[in-house]
Amino acid sequence: MATVRVQQADFDIGAEVAAVTAGRTDIGGTGCFIGTVRETADGRPITAMTLEHYPGMTERAMAAIAEQAEARWSLLGCTLIHRVGRLTPGANIVLVLAAAPHRQAALEATAFLIDWLKTRAPFWKKEHFADGAEAWVAARVEDDAAAARWGGGTAGRDRRTMAPGGSG
Amino acid sequence: MTAAPLHLLYFAWLRERVGMREETVQPPAGVATVGTLLEWLRGRGPGFAAAFAPGLPVRCAVNQEFAGPETPIAPGDEVAFFPPVTGG
Repeated sequence: MATVRVQQADFDIGAEVAAVTAGRTDIGGTGCFIGTVRETADGRPITAMTLEHYPGMTERAMAAIAEQAEARWSLLGCTLIHRVGRLTPGANIVLVLAAAPHRQAALEATAFLIDWLKTRAPFWKKEHFADGAEAWVAARVEDDAAAARWGGGTAGRDRRTMAPGGSG
Repeated sequence: MTAAPLHLLYFAWLRERVGMREETVQPPAGVATVGTLLEWLRGRGPGFAAAFAPGLPVRCAVNQEFAGPETPIAPGDEVAFFPPVTGG
């Protein structure tokens, strides 16, 4: 059963790894991805980023993504923690942990989890620039491509044009 | 057909343009899918027209599942509109 959390507070990476591995001797490797706030966006300095989400749906989507990974790579442990609210450069945003008997499964599952999280969990980022401007981050086609390489089709994805003539 | 109220949610720049996080609405008869709901919302005022202008990448969820324009909506549903997700 995966650990899935959305929170304003920072996370303790060591404590989260320990929570996955403590008392277990069947785990051979734990993959870890930590997303952090970068100081620039497209070359422009930012002072902060605000993360908004859809309470309820976010947790459901994250749990569904974790369930997919657990089944596909027979994971022995899985953690997804995503922060919301105002975050400054250097701050942690997201933690992904995937524990498995062997490294390949642990590393692949970690990549899958962050790729799918970026395209299937309802979070939105707004960047606050040093010059006072602010802008919502646009979805990147590179993220779509990264998520698509794991298959799974369009079920559970948000990439569906709603407005006539919509881009997407 | 939907006669009972719908619970609508707006996120990110859609929330900013319509000027609210959520509302309960009673759409007219004939609003039976996400697509027809969106067309009706677009005509409710300048903020809605700006949020749902043709060409904008608007996404939707019905009862917390991603949905498309053809997705039916029923009385009491929770319908959310938002931009493509950008977490992680």
